[in-house]
Amino acid sequence: MAKMTMVQALNLALSQEMEKDDSVMVLGEDVGVDGGVFRVTDGLIDKYGDQRVIDTPLAEAGIVGMSIGMAVYGLRPVCEIQFSGFSYQNFHQIENHASRLRWRSQGRFHVPMVLRTPYSGGVRALEHHSESREAYYAHTPGIKMVIPSGPRNARALLISAIRDPDPVIFYESKALYRAFREEVPEEEETFPIGTSQIVREGTDLTMISYGTMMRPALEAASILQEKDGVETEVIDLLTISPLDDALFVQSVHKTGRAVVIHEAPGSFGPGAEIVSRIMEKAFFYLEAPIERVTGYDIIIPLFSRENSYIPSAQRIVRAAKKVLST
Amino acid sequence: MPKTKIDVPGEVHFLSILNEYGNLDKTLEPDIAEDVLLKLYHYLLLGRRFDERLISLQRQGRIGTFPPISGQEAAHLGAVATMRPSDWMVPSFRETAAELWRGRTLESVILYNNGYNEGVRIPESSNDLPVSVPVGSQILHAVGLGYAIKYRQKDDVVMTFFGDGATSEGDFHEGLNFAGVFQTPVIFVCQNNQWAISMPRSKQTRSKTLAQKALSYAVPGIQVDGNDILAVYAAAQEAVASARSGEGSTLIECVTYRMAVHTTADDPKRYRTDEEVAEWQKRDPLVRFQKYLKDKGLLTDDGIEATEAEITEKIQNAVDSAEEEMKSLGNPLDMFDHAYAELPPRLIEQREALARELEEIQKESNHG
Ligand SMILES: Cc1ncc(C[n+]2csc(CCOP(=O)(O)OP(=O)(O)O)c2C)c(N)n1
Ligand SMILES: [Mg+2]
Repeated sequence: MAKMTMVQALNLALSQEMEKDDSVMVLGEDVGVDGGVFRVTDGLIDKYGDQRVIDTPLAEAGIVGMSIGMAVYGLRPVCEIQFSGFSYQNFHQIENHASRLRWRSQGRFHVPMVLRTPYSGGVRALEHHSESREAYYAHTPGIKMVIPSGPRNARALLISAIRDPDPVIFYESKALYRAFREEVPEEEETFPIGTSQIVREGTDLTMISYGTMMRPALEAASILQEKDGVETEVIDLLTISPLDDALFVQSVHKTGRAVVIHEAPGSFGPGAEIVSRIMEKAFFYLEAPIERVTGYDIIIPLFSRENSYIPSAQRIVRAAKKVLST
Repeated sequence: MPKTKIDVPGEVHFLSILNEYGNLDKTLEPDIAEDVLLKLYHYLLLGRRFDERLISLQRQGRIGTFPPISGQEAAHLGAVATMRPSDWMVPSFRETAAELWRGRTLESVILYNNGYNEGVRIPESSNDLPVSVPVGSQILHAVGLGYAIKYRQKDDVVMTFFGDGATSEGDFHEGLNFAGVFQTPVIFVCQNNQWAISMPRSKQTRSKTLAQKALSYAVPGIQVDGNDILAVYAAAQEAVASARSGEGSTLIECVTYRMAVHTTADDPKRYRTDEEVAEWQKRDPLVRFQKYLKDKGLLTDDGIEATEAEITEKIQNAVDSAEEEMKSLGNPLDMFDHAYAELPPRLIEQREALARELEEIQKESNHG
């Protein structure tokens, strides 16, 4: 076991899958010689060569469209879109083709590709480099949307994503890339896509979140316990779509109270779907209205104000207290 | 039917007027008024010195990541200098000297680079769009502006900027094609600085030039020495005149070099050699133009020193006043400004919730 950052853990996943399966390919802007602007693909070109680690021209539609073709042929492309803010240039390829080729060919073809891309704010980045738009992808039938929250689950989920028979959008939090290290076992580890996880057990309140927001959520849970003796159950979704509602519904059966947290704008965000599932499946267990703590319905401001936009542990504690007081 | 050769119209020329040794081709020398030449020199130097200052501010943590322009000043300045104030500039993100020429303030550049939305405000006197980070995406806006100008029967023109990497994006090709089809008054200026982050120009496209890409859309394309401000000026002047007189668009490929990092988050040692950079150092647009002005008797060593001093002071004042201004900015509630013409009810609720939260935090910290 070695302690790794999320960047190193993702690199390990790619490297091990490429070692094991020569159909796994990496392509994107600056992923080869430069090793990716965040260094996730560092060193892969030296190990696996430029036929499999492909520095492409600057064209996102090209990268994703080509990945679809490679996947149809039987390869396992893992493409990188340098920042999710530039994945709209390739959105039509996801919406029109990656998500529906299985359906459009009545099962004859499928698109086992992964699109890795960094999302979220909190790193003083340039304009267009801080958005969280997982809802676009979660809203698109036919694709899977995964967002890990730490080095170990990032590594395991990426391997599962590569082996998944359907297209997976894999959002990586820039704020978590180097935020902390975790033990990551050398031997292979996978994690089933479409499965969430309880990361802290509790009986008074359920918090549901994912990605960057797991840290403020867990911090809020600690504050609530220390200051008020509240036992919070914290659930890490890990996969946004298909949404694993069984675990959080079960948790709400127990706690009767829930707070949903994400950095993306609130309106029409994943939180809206999560709350609806609770209403559908746990309404009679609820003791209080559910609260959402999310980004505001505006474009995330340039970085001098981003910390006021991004949900903080304090904001989550406030929402939790509101839920607990009814 | 026999197989016959089709004469596809168009050819690509390379234009150089003041070469890297400072030698001038007098027959091609554009006729530029002396005060304009000196103003160009001032902005070339301002662009360079401001860039250097921004890098040091970034290293000190006083601003965030930004894309330096060093080495490319002539490529964008020479082009915008041929426009009227009422014309439109549609920039990407590596044309700071041109933006300053067009009236953007040094303060606004500092504010933007330090993460303040206030830094994207365009002065009322100018028609320019704010910088555009998504590569190539702004090119089509220039075509739309050009179409609107033509529809309103005005004789203004639009000049849009982008890099060599941008020529791989679909938006670039769509922009040129639309410009060809609609004969819009748009000048496409490609700053071919040889690199798109770690991708060398040779791997971006197998085409010999970027200028030739225009030909497939029936738009003329020319390649110029982008470190030769006279060549850039001459080519742009011709393109602007032709656009203004209703003859449509031109693509100008300025061959230049990104002397510095891609952005301050980049490490070029991973992908290019110091020798290559040193080779281009010799072709510095600033040194060359300085020699030209001296040879012409327009500039003396004292004059250079005076300009340097004036610029140092200008930059210092801008840094001071931007840092002063930042103290009064940063109210989180301002992030709701300019979201819509009128703030929808849900956003009013969110804004009020944040205001209450800020008040409570204030109270708590007063108690604590
Ligand atoms: C659509 C899009 N994709 C990727 C990026 C990330 N990125 C920023 S600049 C850049 C390279 C641009 O190269 P070029 O067009 O040559 O301009 P230069 O940076 O050299 O001025 C890349 C890949 C982006 N900003 N926009
Ligand atoms: Mg370039």
